[in-house]
Amino acid sequence: MDFWNTMRLALRALARNKMRSSLTMLGIIIGVGAVIATVSIGEGAEFLVQQGIQSMGTNAVFIGAGSNRPGGMRMGFGSVKTLTLDDMQAILREVPLIREAAPVVMNRGQVVYGNQNWSTGITGTTPNYFEIRNWPVQAGSVFSQDEVDSAANVAILGTTVARYLFGTEDPVGKQIRVKDLPFRVIGVLESKGQSVMGDDQDDRIFAPFSTVQRKISGITWLQFINASAISPEASLAAVPQIMALLRERHRIRPGDEEDFFVRTQSEVADLANQTQRVMTLLLGSIASVSLIVGGIGIMNIMLVSVTERTREIGVRMAVGATERDVQSQFLVEAVTLSMVGGVAGIFAGLILSALISNFLQWPTLISAKAIVIAAVFSIAVGVFFGFYPARKAAQLDPIEALRYE
Amino acid sequence: MTGQVVIRLENVHKTYDLGEQKVHALRGVSLEMRTGEFVAVMGASGSGKSTLMNILGCLDRPTKGHYFLDGTDVSQLTKTELAKIRNQKLGFVFQQFNLLARTSALENVELPTVYAGIPPEEREKRAREALERVGLAERAGHYPSQLSGGQQQRVAIARALVNRPSILLADEPTGNLDSRTSVEIMDILQRLNEGQGLTVVLVTHEHDIAQYAKRALVFRDGKLRSDDGITDRWEAREVLKTLPTLEEEEEEETEAT
Repeated sequence: MDFWNTMRLALRALARNKMRSSLTMLGIIIGVGAVIATVSIGEGAEFLVQQGIQSMGTNAVFIGAGSNRPGGMRMGFGSVKTLTLDDMQAILREVPLIREAAPVVMNRGQVVYGNQNWSTGITGTTPNYFEIRNWPVQAGSVFSQDEVDSAANVAILGTTVARYLFGTEDPVGKQIRVKDLPFRVIGVLESKGQSVMGDDQDDRIFAPFSTVQRKISGITWLQFINASAISPEASLAAVPQIMALLRERHRIRPGDEEDFFVRTQSEVADLANQTQRVMTLLLGSIASVSLIVGGIGIMNIMLVSVTERTREIGVRMAVGATERDVQSQFLVEAVTLSMVGGVAGIFAGLILSALISNFLQWPTLISAKAIVIAAVFSIAVGVFFGFYPARKAAQLDPIEALRYE
Repeated sequence: MTGQVVIRLENVHKTYDLGEQKVHALRGVSLEMRTGEFVAVMGASGSGKSTLMNILGCLDRPTKGHYFLDGTDVSQLTKTELAKIRNQKLGFVFQQFNLLARTSALENVELPTVYAGIPPEEREKRAREALERVGLAERAGHYPSQLSGGQQQRVAIARALVNRPSILLADEPTGNLDSRTSVEIMDILQRLNEGQGLTVVLVTHEHDIAQYAKRALVFRDGKLRSDDGITDRWEAREVLKTLPTLEEEEEEETEAT
């Protein structure tokens, strides 16, 4: 029997039990839909990361106090006191690939305005930090070098902090208390959104680094240096130069571990991308479990169908159907179920992704790869789970089958 | 009337192994049938007549002995080869009609041609011819549920004929039919046998039905007990004239149209 006959037969058999066929397909529809939706969410997240990198500037180079291990950051910088402003000036002087650099000291603390208070991150830095990060103020202004030199009590708020402390009120010029010290708000930054690592970059206030160093943290060293190279390629080339320079300045003997780390924006992005990919894979595999459950549904219904149609199988065999004919008939039925379910599932996945983008404001990217994989996978599920029932049908004894009530 | 040998059984045994005990369904059967014969196979249940039918129909293989169909020894063929023989050389008619539900009469008749790999236009042509031969040409589009029992059995006969087999095997074809319809079916079988020289093998336990055949084989305990020509053979055509027409079937027919 040729393929078209078998196909026509399968479609007709499935049309005979519309309700049953569609319920069986539903399993596959949900499975494929879930795979497509999760993968598109994952790819959307990767896209967000890429965007984040662009917003950070691909020229960025971070120098941090603490150790660096291949494959991961050791964020234990609190105890390392060797990174200083002098190091930063040395880098600017001796590594010509680095165009600009800003010192960063960080702390956390309670910020109070009137009867509102908010616990947030406090970053001490210099005015050029906002240029390096391409992060303008939406109101007021950035503090000046004079204010840095004099360790003035001035603060710039991230939008999250501004919203929690001031609501709709204009924060510029208002007096706030940071860790019980009075500060004057001189500006509010533009919103920056989530960082590539997933934290809210707007939940933070900025003050001159000298102020944070001396008045809040009581330290003399730096935690980070945010530098900017002259080009993305230069950022990579600058890394070994900075390493060599700081090793020398910190008197680290060859073979010993550094007490600082140097990272470029693209390395951070790679790390974030990797994390994201693992997440996508994880979600995708959870979703494909439902595809397998759908396959079991197909197997179940095909077994029922074989039992119900035992007599039909007997008649077909009596008039000349070979085992292969019967087997392919039932296999094609199972594959048709899974294939039609797969196509419907692709559409369900597309719709689901669109809904997610719309209502959760999460970008989703539909990749052709995901669609092809889902389609192939759903057919494979049909073949795999259809095989046993089809085999069972083909191996029926025609005499018994004809006598079956 | 009778021609060359189409069926030859040589000392055929069939044993069913039911674990502890063995059931000897056939204990050495040898017989011959020639083209154009109309043979009734008779016997009580358990006599081995069904087993014989299954072997003749290539649905089962003998445990021992040989079965020559059209000169080929089919007792050692593979399942796929047997399927091909069933398709090409044999036509089946069952007590239960065994038509596919929700499938039109025409498509039911086409079924064997599908497995024979005949192209669609030829299939339909042959199926219509076969339906015409059993007098159901105008019912081609009806579903089995819209047909009376007698009509369903006629569709089944058409299905058995569509691949132009050399032998028609009918297993209690009248078992589910009333007496008048039974005679009508026998009429069709007699016409096919006489008009077209089709070899017919009919399994029945009713003597009345066996009377329409030309030769009767009687089985008991897995052995052939007697093999006689039918004397005083009945002509279904003549019998029909003596029977009153059944109102019921007429009604059903009008309903179905």
